[in-house]
Amino acid sequence: MLESSAMAQEKISLEQVRHVARLARLELTPEEERRLQIDMSEMLGYVDKLNELETDMVEPTAQVGESGTPVREDVVTNRPAAEAMLTNAPAREGFFFKVPKIIE
Amino acid sequence: MGSDLNRLTITEARDRLRRREITSRELTRDCLERIAAVEPRLNAFITVCEDEAMAQAEEADRRLGQGDAPNLCGIPLGIKDIYCTRGVRTTCASRILGNFTPPFDATVIEKLRAEGAVFVGKANLDEFAMGSSTENSAFGPTRNPYDLERVAGGSSGGSAAAVAADECLAALGTDTGGSIRLPASFCGVVGIKPTYSRVSRYGVIAYASTLDQVGPFARTVRDAAMVLRAAAGADPRDSTCSARPVPDYERALTGEVRGMRIGVPTEYFVEGMDATVERTVRDALKKLEAMGARTVEISLPHTGYAVAAYYLIATAEASANLARYDGVRYGMRASADNNIELYNRTRAQGFGAEVKRRIMLGTFALSAGYYDAYYLKGQKVRTLIRRDFERAFESCDVVAAPVTPTTAFRLGEKTDDPLQMYLSDIFTISVNLAGLPGMSVPCGADGRGMPIGLQLIGPPFAEEAILRAGDAWERSSGFARPAPQL
Repeated sequence: MLESSAMAQEKISLEQVRHVARLARLELTPEEERRLQIDMSEMLGYVDKLNELETDMVEPTAQVGESGTPVREDVVTNRPAAEAMLTNAPAREGFFFKVPKIIE
Repeated sequence: MGSDLNRLTITEARDRLRRREITSRELTRDCLERIAAVEPRLNAFITVCEDEAMAQAEEADRRLGQGDAPNLCGIPLGIKDIYCTRGVRTTCASRILGNFTPPFDATVIEKLRAEGAVFVGKANLDEFAMGSSTENSAFGPTRNPYDLERVAGGSSGGSAAAVAADECLAALGTDTGGSIRLPASFCGVVGIKPTYSRVSRYGVIAYASTLDQVGPFARTVRDAAMVLRAAAGADPRDSTCSARPVPDYERALTGEVRGMRIGVPTEYFVEGMDATVERTVRDALKKLEAMGARTVEISLPHTGYAVAAYYLIATAEASANLARYDGVRYGMRASADNNIELYNRTRAQGFGAEVKRRIMLGTFALSAGYYDAYYLKGQKVRTLIRRDFERAFESCDVVAAPVTPTTAFRLGEKTDDPLQMYLSDIFTISVNLAGLPGMSVPCGADGRGMPIGLQLIGPPFAEEAILRAGDAWERSSGFARPAPQL
């Protein structure tokens, strides 16, 4: 299956895989890049079957729930709990999340 | 062991608790003993909450002693490790959340706590609910209680296996493309995926927000209905959650299906499906007919496109939802010299292969130049699938079909072939795309003793109809699930 799909039409180039990984903020190993190229090509080949359907006049469905967004009063309902929120912080300083330097 | 109270249904346990014949402490202890005995082989739980559970049981016993306790008071439940539980580690089966302890409860957890339920542990799942076999867990796969060499189904495999193996009386799962119904079918328990928006998702870690829905596993339809009723209802903290009043689902369980029109979709009995699964499901339909229901042939012509539409929509939504895991505020953090490197490395080390695959596919489907061809196309096909059901429900009250084309497959059988794994969900995915309620009810087993589920699907908010049909089948079929030999 792996070989056959590798030989199948490449729906996405290695360059594109690297570009998408940059957008997704994922550092990939060269192995992962190749594997993803194969898997994504297979999936994109499979979803091509959607093109059998004529959908020019079809409205997209973005949401299936009941229509309308409920509104509420703009009031604070949760008590401040900075300490509780910071208990999971990988690094902190005082009441702040600590991260590596952003601006040189 | 001895008493085996862990094998009771919720209904039986509730009545015996109320009559003070048993205590929640005894019941909970039997569940915890069962967990200790079978977990080394099953791996249904990521975290077992022994101390917390016993404290909850003690509190429940106090409440039961005062009389007037709710249905779930003192009942031991398993919770998929995707629900935030205050003070109890919540991992989503991912390395990236391996050390995350939420400072708050999901709304559903809060509601069940208020009922006095006991939480015995956090159940295993596919990482971020992405999978059909619970093999994509950073904590190892869950095994099927009926055959340890086979999968429990996914993504809520731990919840399904725990209920099937009598480690708890019921459990909570989530269903984005079949993640409750598939493992329920594979493990021989009842699993309900309610109508989209029926149950609050506040505090439930998001995968694909227009598809995710919360639901119960139990050993009988009545038990599942009871848990669903306790979980469902409006929530000001989830703006997608419906304000419709929640019916008393138990009252719908009349045992009566006379005159009910059951639609049987031709597209759900396809070539290549397991002959035993088809025969067993068709036999169940005959039985419902004998009870006075009427079957009508229906067509859901776009069924064959559902998996393709789903894997564009769900992955696109996932790529956005999982952007929050950046190593800054919670979860694991990789060491790095600057912030971009911090994000890239944390995510590279924290996410498993399947999660990366879906983030990549979803990011691609949403990216400039591909959005119209992929994501938008998927949304348009979603409309066609939704319309299929709208048309079908003009001529029937519920739809009945298999849950999956086969019974539980072997561990490792599909892990190298993502597309084959995705196709396990071929009969469940449309229901999520259309936002409908669906349920799996055990209806038999194959030659190896592996369970087979009957899927019942209703129009939006018609949970009562599918519960009535499922309960009626369960009561009069004479089919009793054999206990797994563990």
